[in-house]
Amino acid sequence: MDLSVNETKMQVTAADDTPLLWVLRDHLGMTGTKFGCGMALCGACTVLLDGQPTRSCMMPISSVAGKKITTIEGVGATPAGRAVQDAWLTLDVPQCGYCQAGQIMSAAALLRSNSRPSDADIDAAMTGNICRCGTYPRIRAAIKTAAGKLGATK
Amino acid sequence: MSAVMKSPVDRPGLNRRQFITRVGALGGLVLIAGAADVVKAEEARKYGVDSMPHGWSDNPLAFVAIGEDGIVTIVVHRSEMGQGVRTGMPLIVADELEADWSKVRVAQAPADEQKFGNQDTDGSRSTRHFFEPMRRCGAAARVMLEQAAAASWGVPVGEVHALNHEVLHRASGRKLGYGALARAAAQLPVPPRESLRLKEPARFRYIGKGRTHLADGGDIVAGRAHYGIDTRLDGMLYAVVARSPVLGGKVVHYDATEALKMAGVVKILEIQVNVPSARFHPMNGVAVVATDTWIAIKARNALKVQWDDGPHGAYDSKAYRAELEQAARKPGQVLREVGDVDGAMSRAARKVEAEYYLPHLAHATMEPPAAVARIVDGRCEVWAAVQAPQVTREDVAKHLGLPFENVTVHVTLLGGGFGRKSKPDFAIEAALLSQRLGGKPVKVTWTREDDLHNDYLHTVSVEHLQAGLDAGGKPVAWLHRSVAPSIVSLFGPDPKHEAPFEQGMGLINLPYDIPNLRIENPEAVAHTRIGWFRSVSNIPHAFAVQSFVAELAAGARRDHRDYLLELIGPPRLIDPTALKDSWNYTESPQRYPVDTGRLRRVIETATRQAGWGRKLPKGRGLGLAAHYSFVSYTAAVVEVEIGSKGELAIPRVDIAFDCGPQVNPDRIRSQLEGAVVMGVSLASLGEITFKNGRVEQDNFHQYQVTRIDAAPREIRVHLLPSSDWSVPLGGVGEPGLPPIAPALCNAIFAATGQRIRQLPIRDQLASGGSEAAGR
Repeated sequence: MDLSVNETKMQVTAADDTPLLWVLRDHLGMTGTKFGCGMALCGACTVLLDGQPTRSCMMPISSVAGKKITTIEGVGATPAGRAVQDAWLTLDVPQCGYCQAGQIMSAAALLRSNSRPSDADIDAAMTGNICRCGTYPRIRAAIKTAAGKLGATK
Repeated sequence: MSAVMKSPVDRPGLNRRQFITRVGALGGLVLIAGAADVVKAEEARKYGVDSMPHGWSDNPLAFVAIGEDGIVTIVVHRSEMGQGVRTGMPLIVADELEADWSKVRVAQAPADEQKFGNQDTDGSRSTRHFFEPMRRCGAAARVMLEQAAAASWGVPVGEVHALNHEVLHRASGRKLGYGALARAAAQLPVPPRESLRLKEPARFRYIGKGRTHLADGGDIVAGRAHYGIDTRLDGMLYAVVARSPVLGGKVVHYDATEALKMAGVVKILEIQVNVPSARFHPMNGVAVVATDTWIAIKARNALKVQWDDGPHGAYDSKAYRAELEQAARKPGQVLREVGDVDGAMSRAARKVEAEYYLPHLAHATMEPPAAVARIVDGRCEVWAAVQAPQVTREDVAKHLGLPFENVTVHVTLLGGGFGRKSKPDFAIEAALLSQRLGGKPVKVTWTREDDLHNDYLHTVSVEHLQAGLDAGGKPVAWLHRSVAPSIVSLFGPDPKHEAPFEQGMGLINLPYDIPNLRIENPEAVAHTRIGWFRSVSNIPHAFAVQSFVAELAAGARRDHRDYLLELIGPPRLIDPTALKDSWNYTESPQRYPVDTGRLRRVIETATRQAGWGRKLPKGRGLGLAAHYSFVSYTAAVVEVEIGSKGELAIPRVDIAFDCGPQVNPDRIRSQLEGAVVMGVSLASLGEITFKNGRVEQDNFHQYQVTRIDAAPREIRVHLLPSSDWSVPLGGVGEPGLPPIAPALCNAIFAATGQRIRQLPIRDQLASGGSEAAGR
């Protein structure tokens, strides 16, 4: 099967029902996308499919053919992704860091569609991403920082 | 350096490992030490890091490497699970070393306590136990660089000094970079410890400054950071295990017909670990080994396993709660008694009684347990996210029948720990499976369901409190009965009582000014694996005591803060042993007395910063709680807003914290922010229940945790200033947690008049609730 991951064509052989998550991690060796629940409940596995945040743990590989997949390894190539990563570093958002790939993917998708998100917008976009360490206040602040930076460069 | 235990009875300060060894050897009887024994053995006691297995090392040859390119690599021997230890430890070394932080790289130590000192990353003690050894380590390396420079210039070493990655000779203006000096410095002997001059705190470059960003930040945000679950080896196979759903259960029979039909299934293997106690052993089960994780999960789910549940197959949370309540309503083992409680209670103007219930909690680390192992030529290598690397190495060696030296444990980043990853059962599983597969590399991944079904859960407890009050509403008599299964049940016969380290977490060591007081601990039997969960027994003890004090204050129509301060009494230093606390987080009672002045100050700070007493609109309220734990002092004021249908929102939390001097203030702040969120989470949503011996929650839809929309909108951390570096350090990772749940419930009372006596809060507000603790 042919996949487009981070603007690169890739070939994999996996059963049709294999979730994209495990194709990325086990077949392509791209371990930045994390396993957290397997039921699209925690957001650790979030990737972008044609720019839309998607839980890769429930997305069978057969449904992603022809779509552009963006993962944490590639999101820095987009302006929103870069701004989010920078803000995350400026505010030292991560604690254990495990959920942060998913958080960053959701935040990047939010800022791509909404350059000045309100607190309610942030809640709506980020509530699918669990952080057990409790970095939520810094995630909120970093999204606003990134939005400010993106706005300033426009 | 290593701790040698003399008397078998007096180890109330047992740390996890000594404790396990000891309990194994003596059948679990050791923890009920009488106070007299403790006093007798006092002289032989070692405290703090000296009491830990393999103690400490400050050897720069173990921790520091300097390349000829000037890059300084600092080895971190404690596990990073979000507390920031991979930033905090190196910055201590780098400061004394006068290293330029931009030229510092961090490396992770494998399990090797003989070389590095104790590696058990638990008990909120990495920084407080290793601050001084790490300072000496950096200072010794600095002296070696200075000596090398002085020798190369032929000047006395006293004429040179190190500054920001260079050694300077002021008289001649000469200087040499660390890279140029590295080779010569490495040839020199390590200077004697006594000869080292540590920096004056005024000259600290990084310590206490907050100028250092996260060591792993760049890797984390780019998806390059390596957690246990991310390990990949050539030819690696993937395993998922069906484990006994009940503690001590066994496989009677299994049918793998359907599983074996699936393409990519390599092998089905039964894991049999029939051992007398749960300890950190894997559970009995059936493993599916496959060519990727997804196939292994599908095939595991297709297994048909018939279990013999064993003696815990009837564990039922509703029935168990009733048992605990019954036990809590009758006298139990007396842990501490002051004055005449019964007499004072009978003479009291008024009597108040309350009972609190706190359920099991799962750690639910975002990275579920996962490990990789392979065996080549009789040598096993393990890659795992573990808090206890040395224990992992010891246990893997025992299970494989290999010499300890033939096992290597590589410690990855931990995607959350919270105590779960102190237990290496999952790493042992990987090693056992690799052995059965002829040494092939194999990764064991726990699904979220596995994680919730087979965790080492936080205990469950009923806390029963009674107070006799004088005419002014002040307690003249206090009775606290705590009933909870003990962590000690993991290691041998169930003691059915809380161990000294559990009692010392806010039960026995109540530092209040009450003339007649009794602490009791009736029996409770464990029916599942009970484990350390961030702040451990402080959670139920602080919840009960801090809720009860608020109830008493309300009953007396007194301001809660004023009432609490009065109960604590005047500032004074209390010897923890005078509170019958012989444990005190392993620390010396002289060096770490309970300081009620510091407890008062965090309360005063949190309430002042929160605007305590300010007028709030209807449905809003402020709640306070304070707690001493991990030799630090915390107070929190939570502000709640309760909607007309009982919706709970938390606009703001003010948390004041005194841990003594602060090595890396930003990570202290982040730990407190995280503790607030975790405290809100366990108070509002957290509960694991059992039926027929089995956990009823499968995944995050049933075991809910707080998400961003329900997290406090603003968390304001107030660190009490401390510039006196002679004050010993307190713990940071855990002490933020205990006061949050009671402060939240006290705020709910302030807003609504509804008293929450059982956690989680969940839908109790919607129903309008009742004061009764029963369901």
